[in-house]
Amino acid sequence: MGLIQEIDYGTKASNATKLVSLRIDGQTITVPEGTSVMRAATELGTQIPKLCATDMLDSYGSCRLCLVEIEGRAGTPASCTTPVAEGMVVHTQNAKLAKLRKGVMELYISDHPLDCLTCSANSNCELQDMAGAVGLREVRYGYDGANHLDAVKDVSNPYFQFDPSKCIVCSRCVRACEEVQGTFALTIDGSGFSSKVSPGISEAFFDSECVSCGACVQACPTATLMEKTVIEMGQPEHSAVTTCAYCGVGCTFKAEMRGEDVVRMVPYKDGKANHGHSCVKGRFAWGYATHRDRITTPMIRAKITDPWREVSWEEAIAYTASEFKRIQAKYGRDSIGGITSSRCTNEETYLVQKLVRAGFGNNNVDTCARVCHSPTGYGLSKTFGTSAGTQDFDSVDEADTILVIGANPTDGHPVFASRMKRRLREGAKLIVVDPRRTDLVHSPHVNADYHLALKPGTNVAIVNALSHVIISEGLADEDFIRNQCDWNEYAEWAAFILQPHNSPEAVAKLSGVPADIICGAARLYATARNGAIYYGLGVTEHSQGTSTVLAIANLAMLTGNIGRKGVGVNPLRGQNNVQGSCDMGSFPHEFPGYRHVSNDTARQIFEQDWGVALSAEPGLRIPNMLDAAMDGSFLGLYIQGEDIAQSDPDTQHIIGGLSAMECVVVQDLFLNETANYAHVFLPGCSFLEKDGTFTNAERRIQRVRKVMSPKNGYGDWEITLLLAKAMGMDMHYNHPSEIMDEIARTTNSFQNVSYDLLERLGSVQWPCNELAPEGTPTMHIGAFVRGKGQFVIADYIPTDEKTGPRFPLLLTTGRILSQYNVGAQTRRTDNAKWHEEDLLEIHPHDAEVRGVKDGDWVKLVSRAGETSLRAKLTDRVAPGVVYTTFHHPITQANVITTDYSDWATNCPEYKVTAVQVALSNGPSEWQSSYMAHSAESRRIGAIAAE
Amino acid sequence: MSPKNTSDKLVYMANQIGKAFVLKPREQAVADITDHLKKFWEKRMLVQIFAYLEQGGQGLDELPKQSLQNLRNTTQY
Repeated sequence: MGLIQEIDYGTKASNATKLVSLRIDGQTITVPEGTSVMRAATELGTQIPKLCATDMLDSYGSCRLCLVEIEGRAGTPASCTTPVAEGMVVHTQNAKLAKLRKGVMELYISDHPLDCLTCSANSNCELQDMAGAVGLREVRYGYDGANHLDAVKDVSNPYFQFDPSKCIVCSRCVRACEEVQGTFALTIDGSGFSSKVSPGISEAFFDSECVSCGACVQACPTATLMEKTVIEMGQPEHSAVTTCAYCGVGCTFKAEMRGEDVVRMVPYKDGKANHGHSCVKGRFAWGYATHRDRITTPMIRAKITDPWREVSWEEAIAYTASEFKRIQAKYGRDSIGGITSSRCTNEETYLVQKLVRAGFGNNNVDTCARVCHSPTGYGLSKTFGTSAGTQDFDSVDEADTILVIGANPTDGHPVFASRMKRRLREGAKLIVVDPRRTDLVHSPHVNADYHLALKPGTNVAIVNALSHVIISEGLADEDFIRNQCDWNEYAEWAAFILQPHNSPEAVAKLSGVPADIICGAARLYATARNGAIYYGLGVTEHSQGTSTVLAIANLAMLTGNIGRKGVGVNPLRGQNNVQGSCDMGSFPHEFPGYRHVSNDTARQIFEQDWGVALSAEPGLRIPNMLDAAMDGSFLGLYIQGEDIAQSDPDTQHIIGGLSAMECVVVQDLFLNETANYAHVFLPGCSFLEKDGTFTNAERRIQRVRKVMSPKNGYGDWEITLLLAKAMGMDMHYNHPSEIMDEIARTTNSFQNVSYDLLERLGSVQWPCNELAPEGTPTMHIGAFVRGKGQFVIADYIPTDEKTGPRFPLLLTTGRILSQYNVGAQTRRTDNAKWHEEDLLEIHPHDAEVRGVKDGDWVKLVSRAGETSLRAKLTDRVAPGVVYTTFHHPITQANVITTDYSDWATNCPEYKVTAVQVALSNGPSEWQSSYMAHSAESRRIGAIAAE
Repeated sequence: MSPKNTSDKLVYMANQIGKAFVLKPREQAVADITDHLKKFWEKRMLVQIFAYLEQGGQGLDELPKQSLQNLRNTTQY
């Protein structure tokens, strides 16, 4: 296995359909109109020397190395900026061109260190390659003139360094920051000889607006911007294509290796979700896989107050099986269950639900999607017929108005945010519905046309008001509704929407959004040629999460924005495999492929394949499992890759439930917060150590490839198999591909999916079956999956979590770019340098009346509990609203959140908690005692003989 | 304050479901609530709320109460 080398065509591909034929160095080639001469030549296999050109960026034409001669045209134009023309005759190589290029290279090299042998880019340097390509043998100008060789390195960024002595000022880094990432953190400062790349206004990289996406490092043709791991370890020698294990974008990366050590993760240009881009997490924050906190030996303990005892895999598995069997014998078949993880592969989640249904003999399986996107599954299934988003990410390129509701993609889904921002820079309109002024509302070259800064908890009212304006003003797409939806249901729903309480004037009073803003946003969305909706957890994590999803689906159908590119309803999934874990039957009421367990036909498929009778009754959801634990009827739990003690709401209730159980099994990389209440710890493995697939937010199934041996000895799928065998199940697979084969034969939407197909196509979007052999990028074309689209009445019902004199502020929670979910991975990387602690964002007015200054410790109190953290004063939040993240266990933000939840799915209401804020001296008593307990719970040692 | 003991939670959840269907014609609303409870509530949750119903079902709104009565009559718990 060697290093995967991607061809750099120098300029982007043209999407034109008209073809043009030309001759290059005597060979004829036909390419789409608009293709550059450089790209056409590369497609022929002719490499024209270049330095400032790369196919991730727009043509620039500054390095003057890619000059060519074109018959009938004067001069030597740059091939990167010259489009092909019919009948054009191009010469890429002759004595004149060679002399010009050599002269250019002489100038570059005259101000470049001649340290190739000790340079970190040695053997992977475009400048070095070009010197070779032009036959540079001497530099007539010498090296003694004015130069930049003593320029000082900037090593402030934890992941890469900037060595200006090696910079050729090609501007690729600056252009990558602008065109690919859209942050505009870099510039060329000065002019002429004094030109230099500068983050911000001559700031250090770490102190600048740079978001460390790595696009500049990737674009750099020299060692000027270089990963520190390459500087330390040397150039990689082999690579494999795999999928990022962070957010739901599902970026494809090349894991570039030396032996079994990762040297760097490089975004893969052929990745259909990311097209060669990345963020700071996927690109750089993979060091957790080898972090010293990683546990690689199984451990057990009889009581959660005991220290852990390291044991063999055999003993750990036998102990677990024996405990689960004992509990079932004593308390009944339904007394145990399992939780699957959106951080694990499809194959792994499939096996856990199979173990529960076929091995435990019940349907007590749930997944972390319970606390994020379960309302999406319910809402989109009800209205459209499929529990998934309607588009691919590329669709945003054709959107004319983008409506972002309750999502903060620049932090949560940064690579997709860059795509969206590019489309916005091209002129698409933007509406943001969010209590906070997120980066999308106002950032370089992006300004929302409307920001509906609503009071938390009023989503349904706002979305219904948008529909009210659209119907009232005759902007509904009646042709679409008549053709593709049930007209009678529409008429009933429209009559409801037109009621006065849904008018913008009425909704303005309860949401705080002025009526004219609601009207303007409604008109902008309804009159767009293509209107696309993107939403996140700010929609789902409410007591009316499902109702908002229904209202959003209604809005899209009302305007005919379904069933083609550029439109749609797009849930931005939080974790990498939320979509997949739901697809794989992780919910207690449905089998893989979203078929209810009471569906006889579906149940028989699995009964025949698995050879056991299956329960036709829904099992317990996570919060119900904990309630049942407190009531004494649910005593054993197998948790693969989740940390419910940190991520789920009302921490004290979670702890109470876990503490009441007799055998909690945690399978994870680290002793997470849930493991404090566990009796068995089964060490898991990272995405780098196993084969499998993830399914991203656009339903795209992509391969995860093993690039190193599991540090713990087993892939997570193998651990589940060991447990299944010990429980007496006959479950055997030689490789995860065989699990996918089983998924395909039992689940119609995956019917055609196989590892061979993924190898051939790179990825596919389900449904992938006899009707769509290579997948389905856009759903509901011509007709909805359920037949007619269903308008569902979703009335606004205020949450019961009310503000009042004791708790006058509303807390909403979210995430930050550098950290991921509970932070178990990112806190164990240098990403922590950007976010060392959770902070409470509070409006300066609210802070002033409480005597709170920026950086002060404050006590945050709700009806559920209290915690302390530092305050950050900002007008990003409106007066009356405070905001924090939940990445650090010391903060325990979920001590504050209540156990109010969505009416249909029990998805917790993280986004609305009534709180009070007051000055504090430091961590609360509860935090101090929790951390002491946490340290106590993590003790590893032998138990004294009794 | 969100409800803390399981019975109170179940009553609260049932009422929440009821409110989501309250704008439908009564018969349809009861049928939809019943269907929802049947599809998503685990057996011991139903057993517990049926027992609560036996004691009068205090606090249950009219629609979910009727739905639970219908469901109890058609299940074997």
